[in-house]
Amino acid sequence: MGEKLSFEYAPAPESRALVSIKPKYGHFIGGKFVAGSKHFPTINPATEEVLSQIARGGKSDVDAAVKAARKAYTTTWSKMSGKERGKYLFRIARIMQERSREFAVLETLDNGKPIRESRDVDVPLAAAHFFYHAGWADKLEYAGLGTTPKAHGVAGQIIPWNFPLLMLAWKVAPALAAGNTVVLKPAETTSLTALLFAEVCQQAELPAGVVNIVTGDGSTGALIVNHPGIDKIAFTGSTEVGKIIARAVAPTNKSVTLELGGKAANIIFEDAAIDESVEGIVNGIFFNQGHVCCAGSRLILQESIADEVLEKLKNRMAKIRVGDPMDKNTDLGAINSKEQLLKIRELTAVGDSEGAQRWSAPCDLPGKGFWFAPTIFTGVTQAHRIAREEIFGPVLSVLTFRTPQEGIDKANNTPFGLSAGIWSEKGSKVLWASQQLRAGVIWANTFNKFDPTSPFGGYKESGWGREGGRHGLSAYLKGVSHE
Amino acid sequence: MSNRIDVKKTYKLFINGAFPRTESGRTYEVKNAKGIFIANPCLASRKDLKDAVVAARAAQHGWNNATAYNKGQILYRLAEMLEGRRAQFVDEIVTVTGASKTKAEKEVTDSVDRLVWYAGWTDKISSLSGALNPVAGPYYNFTIPESMGVIAAIAPETPSLLGLIDSIAPIIVGGNTVIVLASTKAPLSAMSFAEVIATSDVPAGVINILTGKKDEITPWMASHMDIDGLDISGLGAKKHAEVKSAGSENLKRIYSFKSADPGRILAFMENKTVWHPIGL
Repeated sequence: MGEKLSFEYAPAPESRALVSIKPKYGHFIGGKFVAGSKHFPTINPATEEVLSQIARGGKSDVDAAVKAARKAYTTTWSKMSGKERGKYLFRIARIMQERSREFAVLETLDNGKPIRESRDVDVPLAAAHFFYHAGWADKLEYAGLGTTPKAHGVAGQIIPWNFPLLMLAWKVAPALAAGNTVVLKPAETTSLTALLFAEVCQQAELPAGVVNIVTGDGSTGALIVNHPGIDKIAFTGSTEVGKIIARAVAPTNKSVTLELGGKAANIIFEDAAIDESVEGIVNGIFFNQGHVCCAGSRLILQESIADEVLEKLKNRMAKIRVGDPMDKNTDLGAINSKEQLLKIRELTAVGDSEGAQRWSAPCDLPGKGFWFAPTIFTGVTQAHRIAREEIFGPVLSVLTFRTPQEGIDKANNTPFGLSAGIWSEKGSKVLWASQQLRAGVIWANTFNKFDPTSPFGGYKESGWGREGGRHGLSAYLKGVSHE
Repeated sequence: MSNRIDVKKTYKLFINGAFPRTESGRTYEVKNAKGIFIANPCLASRKDLKDAVVAARAAQHGWNNATAYNKGQILYRLAEMLEGRRAQFVDEIVTVTGASKTKAEKEVTDSVDRLVWYAGWTDKISSLSGALNPVAGPYYNFTIPESMGVIAAIAPETPSLLGLIDSIAPIIVGGNTVIVLASTKAPLSAMSFAEVIATSDVPAGVINILTGKKDEITPWMASHMDIDGLDISGLGAKKHAEVKSAGSENLKRIYSFKSADPGRILAFMENKTVWHPIGL
């Protein structure tokens, strides 16, 4: 009676009782957990609670891991039939499914991403990657690389903090299926699910040394990249570090794949379904707090619909639930680290000073932890740093265009080329735009979809090679004619 | 014996469909195996390379958008034009390298045949490497190889014609445009091949040919920010690390090849994956 109807969500927190986190972890080398020497804390970015102490891998740790991987490659893994290797991967996929809730809770605690995403996206996709690649292990001669494709040997793999377990799966599953052994380094701030994965390897009775996990920071990563005992490097992370790696391996025979940064355009044509596009924009930039290399961080709007879309977008953004990542209703969780939060703040301040107009969704941010409200900048030009540099946070830069060709030109005006989005109800226009865009993954009337069968990777400075599908598998096999 | 004085050719660069001299005014002397003067080809400068890259970039969109059928016919046309000028190419190879006529004829024959082989790949390479991906959801998802952009290539010293064909053809089959540095010691084949290109309906800027010194031009190619890939097959192995290091500034794709196969075409193509929802 005169009262406004209100649909508030009651908190629905996921239980953390399922996970047991040790106070301190070492490395996983040669099938065993071994003590580290120096440690650093890993925290829950939503609360700043110290979850555990993680070992900082040094030269002796990396040496031991490479030695264990080489021994496993020479004595066991390279001699095993593909059929048998595949069975281990199937086992791993199954155990990950069985322990999926545990993985999801641990991922959310350590990373800050909403439990809804870790539960429904990260963990199921990680298991799917192992299941998919398991089936490749005994079919490598049909992968299009000749009748006797060979593994590289020992693969050094360095992964980022935005999808810790999923990136591990993207790296480890194809490497093992192709017959390589691995030394993997998880990101400094998100090691816990990789260490739980080590337990999965033990439960699957994976031969010792096939998977080795050395935790640490960038210095540990550099030891892996520069280690002479490693045949293949796979890295996911920033373009800046990717270039350092490319330079470091230039004098060597190491094979390299790089999944690097992006500044994806999400183009909305005037004949798009507007409400669906707005959902797509939100999914494109606010999924995983915008900590996504392929995030749709540049909204490229046709001028005739710009006002309507922006109004609906702001309305929709005001309904994004920001807060406790363990709450099953949460849409936007915590920024992964203080360092990343400072970087987002710095770049958005540049956006202000360069003359773009900031709008942030009204929301209460928790007092502890690292948070950034969903934000858009309008009046952005192509010269603005927020239109050129990867922010890696929940921040969207909005540009407009008049003709379709102008939209494409703006979309392609970037040194990156990882992904792009197209929204239009006209099939021929969608296919035309997908041809014109210089990016490795094009989402038409959808965004941020991933699948183990679907190759993912970038053009230009977004990296070298693909992950997923037959194309991704080939990165872990010799047999191509060039070097 | 005729008393007629030969009309000798001035060997120039081939940039954007035209035959300019190097803007630097520099040339170098090419002699035959016996040390007798043959020609003064251009010593291409950094500015010549930049001009060639501008032309190649401008031509890339149109060449990429040409149908595979059209690209195939143009490559086949190159073979036709080369076939018609066999004698000239044999003569130049014999003159410069001192090779036997039989050997030179074999190289020209192989070059024509190699072009025909590449011509047939334009409309087949995507069915070799493309894929329809069975994703776990209501999406139509496919992967196709498409052009990488502007590619530079260092042609091998020998064979000067066949090596040039292998440096150019796989790159343009994939829809890229190319800047190729010809054999330094035997550049005549390359500069005469530019005349073949000019009469084969290859759009201006799709193929650009420079002559000059590898040690001078390769670092410029490696560090040029608007070159997407580099074929260093014609560069000594000792130089590879240096070039790869310089190329990392824009993450150039840098490869060397030992043979002509589809992998050589695919090396300078990018795989694009497209998702689209399926539904009513």
